[in-house]
Amino acid sequence: MNTIFALSGVVIKELCRRKDFYVLFILTAVLTALMGFANFFHDDKIVRYLKEICLLLIWVSALVIAIGTTARQIPAERENRTIFPLLAKPVSRAQVVAGKFMGCWLACGLALIVFYIFFGVISGSREHYWPVLEWFQAFWLQWVMLAVVVAMVLLGSVVFAAPSSNGTICFIVVLGILLLGRYLNQIALREPEPLKTVVYGLYFMIPHLEWYDIRDFVIYDRNLIDWTSCGLATVYGAVYSAFLLFATWLVFRRKALNV
Amino acid sequence: MTRFSPFWILLLLLAGCFSLATLLQPRVDAWDPQAGSGGVLKLILGDSRRLIADQFMEQADVSFHSGYYPSIFDERKAPKGTAHMTSKEGSAEEEDHEQKMSFLGPPRDFIERFGRHFLITEHTHLENGNQREILPWLQISANLDPHRIDTYTVAAFWLRNSLGKVDEAEKFLREGLRNNPGSYELWYELGVLYSENRHDFVKARNAWELSLRYWQKDEPAKKEPDLIGFEKIVVHLANAEERFGNLEKAVEYYKMALKTSPNPDVVRQQIKELEQKIGSQQSTNLTTAHQP
Repeated sequence: MNTIFALSGVVIKELCRRKDFYVLFILTAVLTALMGFANFFHDDKIVRYLKEICLLLIWVSALVIAIGTTARQIPAERENRTIFPLLAKPVSRAQVVAGKFMGCWLACGLALIVFYIFFGVISGSREHYWPVLEWFQAFWLQWVMLAVVVAMVLLGSVVFAAPSSNGTICFIVVLGILLLGRYLNQIALREPEPLKTVVYGLYFMIPHLEWYDIRDFVIYDRNLIDWTSCGLATVYGAVYSAFLLFATWLVFRRKALNV
Repeated sequence: MTRFSPFWILLLLLAGCFSLATLLQPRVDAWDPQAGSGGVLKLILGDSRRLIADQFMEQADVSFHSGYYPSIFDERKAPKGTAHMTSKEGSAEEEDHEQKMSFLGPPRDFIERFGRHFLITEHTHLENGNQREILPWLQISANLDPHRIDTYTVAAFWLRNSLGKVDEAEKFLREGLRNNPGSYELWYELGVLYSENRHDFVKARNAWELSLRYWQKDEPAKKEPDLIGFEKIVVHLANAEERFGNLEKAVEYYKMALKTSPNPDVVRQQIKELEQKIGSQQSTNLTTAHQP
């Protein structure tokens, strides 16, 4: 376990050294602040549009950070040939996969904490209302979703040739699931056989990342989602991440490391 | 020979660009006088801004329903028009809207059933002043498409009714009228604002008269003229004339409303009452005139 945490520490340090997070955070802050200064009918109590824009930017930024950071982990180690001394430590390939996953996921979590603190400050100072539990739930579910995304990108990084193609493909797949995943069953029912079975099968197979998007609950000040459902969604995310990580290890353990 | 730093050359070129721009800009404007009229948004987005404006209008509706809204994949589509956004509780429009918005139905499988825990599944409308939350989307929509009338009428309705911002509502309606001077809906809404919020019935009547004139100018030629809108205008005009004591004119307007009203019996009754009033007024006048 210490090896895994040591590997993940390196990934977190890398995120701190790179400019991606800072650029995305400043961009989110500047855009939100600019929208915050907008005057709509001299009413300073209007706040939901600001929450909506801020949360959208947080979601986009978190996805970019997760996919961007994860996609280059294993390819960079292979390209720089640092994977050889790493495996000679001795560190097993399974530990490399687990360490990279843990590092990327924790790094995403740290970035998310900063983003949500910013969101909380902006939203709370405008609304004079601090629903911390709702924010925590939104943060937690988004972080669980990012675990699945990180595991998916890690699998992509041992399957696809370059980090750029892996990043693009994963971004499209994740966006596709977020936008269409919920409706695949409805689409399937309107299609003739055998397309109906194929689409319905796909609906059951894909990780339903859209469940973890509870921005509307935060924006429209709805009640908390029951914690049992949150727990089940966490288990679902954990199982999917484990499945994807296991698949990554299966591909990676036999993979030639020379570029 | 002294060598110039490349930065000086860069500065010289920049100055040249600036000078040429100041010379050329007035000429470019003269090439197409229409180009600058829509502002920067029109220049950048062209006609596609109307599509984006529609999206923002829909976003206002989503916000009005606190996130409970059908997607393009749902069997029942998103409500058309904006009448439900300004309809009164218990009205026929509201009941019809309530039916249309029950789009979710029972879950088809266990994934959908579980997924509903993370979805807003109750149909509610914003209330207690929270209607203000739709205003930013309406403002952006109006900026993108200044010729979309319902953006102005919906925003003005909430501004004056729920938020008590009558000045802002009037300003926004007048902005709409600057962009659409011949819109009978905007003149009608301005009349309602004068009547209900400012209690200035003269200005209200003037606005409704203009509204009627523009309705008669544009609507009859249409395939489906807005008869409900027409009825609203003439009934308001009839009430205004009755208030000012012009009973004959009020009867005239009621007779116009009779052709389109969904409740002609009520209108007939009002005409009858007014005609009785006119009759009694005339007999009183005759008696006064014959008195020595």
